[in-house]
Amino acid sequence: MKDHAIIPVWFFVGVLLVIYGVLILASGLAEWSGPGPIVLASMHAPVWWGALLIVIGLFYCAAFGGGKKNRSKTSR
Amino acid sequence: MISLGGIDLAIIAIYFLAVLAIGLYLKRFAQSGEDFFLAGREMTAWVAGLSFVSANLGSLELLGWAGSAYQYGILAAHWYWIGAIPAMLFLGIVMMPFYYISKTHSVPGYLRLRFGPAASALSATTFAAMTILMSGVNMYAMAVVMKVMLGWNIHFSIWISSLTVGIYVAAGGLYSAIFNEVLQFFLIWLGALLVPILGLIETGGWSGMVSRIQRNFPGQDFTHLWSTLGRFQDNPMGMHWTGIVFGLGAVLSMGYWTTDFLVVQRVLAAKDLRSAKLAPVIGSFFKMAVPLIVILPGLLGLAVLPDRLVAESALQPGQHSYNEVLPLMLARYFGPGLLGLGVTALVAGFMAGMAGNVSAFATVWTYDIYRPFLRKTAPDAHYVSMGRWCTIIGLVVSIGTAYLAMGFASIMDYVQALFSFFIAPLFGTVILGMLWKRVTPAAGFCGLLAGTLSSVAMFFVVKFDPSALSIIALSTHAKALAEDMYRALWSFLINVIVTVMVTFVTKPKPGSDLKGLVYGLTKIPMEGELTWFARPALWAAVALVVLLLLQRIFW
Repeated sequence: MKDHAIIPVWFFVGVLLVIYGVLILASGLAEWSGPGPIVLASMHAPVWWGALLIVIGLFYCAAFGGGKKNRSKTSR
Repeated sequence: MISLGGIDLAIIAIYFLAVLAIGLYLKRFAQSGEDFFLAGREMTAWVAGLSFVSANLGSLELLGWAGSAYQYGILAAHWYWIGAIPAMLFLGIVMMPFYYISKTHSVPGYLRLRFGPAASALSATTFAAMTILMSGVNMYAMAVVMKVMLGWNIHFSIWISSLTVGIYVAAGGLYSAIFNEVLQFFLIWLGALLVPILGLIETGGWSGMVSRIQRNFPGQDFTHLWSTLGRFQDNPMGMHWTGIVFGLGAVLSMGYWTTDFLVVQRVLAAKDLRSAKLAPVIGSFFKMAVPLIVILPGLLGLAVLPDRLVAESALQPGQHSYNEVLPLMLARYFGPGLLGLGVTALVAGFMAGMAGNVSAFATVWTYDIYRPFLRKTAPDAHYVSMGRWCTIIGLVVSIGTAYLAMGFASIMDYVQALFSFFIAPLFGTVILGMLWKRVTPAAGFCGLLAGTLSSVAMFFVVKFDPSALSIIALSTHAKALAEDMYRALWSFLINVIVTVMVTFVTKPKPGSDLKGLVYGLTKIPMEGELTWFARPALWAAVALVVLLLLQRIFW
């Protein structure tokens, strides 16, 4: 069995979700007072959905990032 | 048409950059043939399971089945439940040991070990053709998204996305495909789940949605799964329950989930037999939930969209087709930011669908056509290089097939027609070969050939003489999907009959040649040493119970 220090796929998932969460949350806050002409605009879905993405993303970053790189391919 | 803001475009651009970066990062890990074509066979059950179900959850699935749900109602959910779950569990528990223990690279590779080169070459050739055609469908689905939502030039969308897929798959092989499928899994769920949530809030829940549909389409039943299947003319699909149970559940889905190498390849990448058995079981739970983000938006479209959608072939200026229901629902509820995420989810689905097809194509071409028939002995690096070139060539060819898909009433009609040609007969050959040691190499080849040719022949007979539908699909009320189900059933039966007949007049292989390939001659490791909650069979039983409950709830 070969040893590779490969970053787990879950870490990539976490990073991408955090970035997306921040962008979506920011856009939701930016148009809080004047949401666009969409159905149910008053629910401000981008705000709470963006926050949810950040929480999920941070969980995956914390669980699989930093010093927790895989020892080998097997733990991917 | 909707216009994307800067933040939406940034979200899409970040996705493209991320998949390219991941592909180039993984290139260093995909040096040998085992790495490039089977991701080193070292994936955990969870990664293999998510990749297994994601390989099938492309934008084609999202758009096509959402469109089918608008067209046929909740009957489309059969393709996620009875048309998927029993087959996925059968693959994991019954068939996977044979695939895994034989250490084959592919399904045609298994056929070569079991039946010899003729059956393998036939299945490899038909599979290669099918993957290219399917890639084309994915491109077409993508073009629909870009046309409806963004007004982007179709050719620009196709080439940019294809180029990106080509780079990351050619660099990292199945590693890249699997990593991006897992990424795509999260994006699709998180990008699409808001549509049913907001849709149900708007309609006042399930019952509110049903009453709106009844008001919009009086006299038609779009929300019952089984109760309208007693007669062809009682449901929007023109389907009979025998077509769903025997054509879809027993043949077509079994064929797709157990012999379509695109999905089986993901499970073959698992690190051990237990992970390989568990991966489809894990996948089955997610598969059962997919109607939430695919079928439900289609039903909500029936309830809330002000304009009636029509078939692609009947499209007039200003109208939208069935396949556009999901983009229209995204545009209805999503503002800046979320819209970018929704579009990215569809783009990710499209690219993962493409990547899945081209990586499977590269494997089958290299290992099942090029190596056995064109260049038997070459260094491993040569075959990896061939795999990389195949990825690019496969993509270029599949661009041409994108235009073929445009002539069908809905995307799923085209896909199901392809499956009935190639997958249903293949299932007959593989399952007989695995479970009955007497089946001979000549019988395997003849059965597969007869099944495939008869399926294609039935398709063209109905095209030239529509009245033949009453024989092939048992009713003139049968619609395209129903016809596909029956064609699959007949081609499977023809395959089985021919295989059995030829078996009895030809000489079987000696038992010593079939060890590790056939039931009764293969030592399958028992699960006795595993704790009860770690056994794949237990979770397969739980999945079956959930499946039955869903049938009861939506009967």
